[in-house]
Amino acid sequence: MEVFTILWREFLFFKKRAFKITSSAVITPLLYLLAFGWGLGSNVSVEGFNYMYYIIPGIIAMSTMNTSFNAVAIRISVARLHEKSFEYYMTAPVNMYLLTLGYVLSGALRGLYAGMIILSITYLFGVYIKITFSFLFICFLNSMLFAAFGYFAAMTINTHYDMNRFTSFVITPMTFLCGTFFSLERMPNFLKNFIELLPLTHAISGLRNIALENITNHFSILILFMYFLAFYALGVYASYREI
Amino acid sequence: MDHIIEIKEVLKKYEDFTAVDHLNLNIKKGSFFGLLGPNGAGKTTLIKMLVGLLRPNSGDIFIKNQKMTRDNVFLKTKMGIVPQHINLDKELSVKENLIFSAKLYKLKRDPQEKRVEELLAFSELKPIENKLSKNLSGGMQRKLMIVKALINDPEIIFLDEPTVGIDVNTRRKIWDMLKGMKDMGKTIILTTHYIEEAEYLCDQIALMDKGKIFHLDTSKHLKSNLGTFTVEYFNDAKVTEYKYFQSIEDAKQYTHALCGNYILRDTNLEDVFYNFTNRKVR
Repeated sequence: MEVFTILWREFLFFKKRAFKITSSAVITPLLYLLAFGWGLGSNVSVEGFNYMYYIIPGIIAMSTMNTSFNAVAIRISVARLHEKSFEYYMTAPVNMYLLTLGYVLSGALRGLYAGMIILSITYLFGVYIKITFSFLFICFLNSMLFAAFGYFAAMTINTHYDMNRFTSFVITPMTFLCGTFFSLERMPNFLKNFIELLPLTHAISGLRNIALENITNHFSILILFMYFLAFYALGVYASYREI
Repeated sequence: MDHIIEIKEVLKKYEDFTAVDHLNLNIKKGSFFGLLGPNGAGKTTLIKMLVGLLRPNSGDIFIKNQKMTRDNVFLKTKMGIVPQHINLDKELSVKENLIFSAKLYKLKRDPQEKRVEELLAFSELKPIENKLSKNLSGGMQRKLMIVKALINDPEIIFLDEPTVGIDVNTRRKIWDMLKGMKDMGKTIILTTHYIEEAEYLCDQIALMDKGKIFHLDTSKHLKSNLGTFTVEYFNDAKVTEYKYFQSIEDAKQYTHALCGNYILRDTNLEDVFYNFTNRKVR
């Protein structure tokens, strides 16, 4: 019940801000596509693939990560620290684990929406990559885990400025290090081993394997799912600690 | 006695500061109970503990004979809460705010729609039901918060300074709403630092300061115990002094020696509070 209530509330929010949400979700990845894909990368190939085809899965993974993280992190931090409307949930007869799931799911749907828009844009430009159910599932799982991470982050900060810690030290480094724009093969081993632990690396490699080679990497899916469970559990814990 | 709320030896500390100090209090079912005190008296902390937002360091709170804990979902369904700050969902309209609350309180679809319409009519917010709550005036936002607290038809309503910062006309309208809620048989717990609000609305008033309730009675008794009439005058040291009298004759008699520089008036709750604490409520 709580899950549908939150989804209903977030749908209203989305409906009222559809243009702003869509445009802000599209602009950064579109710039990356233009600059790195059609600009720099038009005559480049990586791991034997045309660079444009190579970076699209990375940009979709990055876009789902950013959108789902921000959708939940901003929403919850504003409700908790600025509007104080989060307090209302704590006095209402709601189960916090379902409320958390509602917000995570709504953030994940926003992430998936952003990913699908990027995909549509690449199709408009005549770049077709292979899409399977597993491809969509990885996009969704990646969105779920970063929405859960955004929820956890928003529940632990004391001021809006504290959110910069998460974006500067977690989200932005992952954007550039997890293989969105380049292959990890030439990375020093110690760094490569560390990067391979990160969830975005698995989302990108999972999507890239499907898009370029039609191979579903179940191990990456399992890792993403484990990350989701961990972040969700932390989010629920932070919710109960808030009361 | 039919007590709906029982507070036993409740203590709440914030590091070295004691906000609520071993407080004991019983509140009768159906009463309009006022907690009156200056800023920092511990009123909001007490309300937050009553609704499960804060845990006491020690002591127990029982509501409807059940211990109030943060996860007591049953008791939460019996309560309505109007906090001190505006906590509306600013991106939603008036009506959407109410529907959202109804969904959070798990009202089924038909009763949900009926209840929302009832509350829109009761609060006279129907004409602006589609307006975003962020675009409402402060008074309208307060009204919406109050009816939002009624969405689950609660038995107990906690109002933490519900009229703070709003104009006199709107405050009077809100008072009428609160009186209407009392007529519905609700138990209402109100914190305020507006003397006239407590006098006008409450059956019983607890005077609170430094985390303790130091007097609890009806407004009438609190005043008559002190003296029904007050003489207020400037003494030679240019400090206002107050004298309290049970009869107007005694008060007039006293003023004869004051050379005209005095005010003779009815005693109010602020006098009671001031007499006990030497500290104005506002």
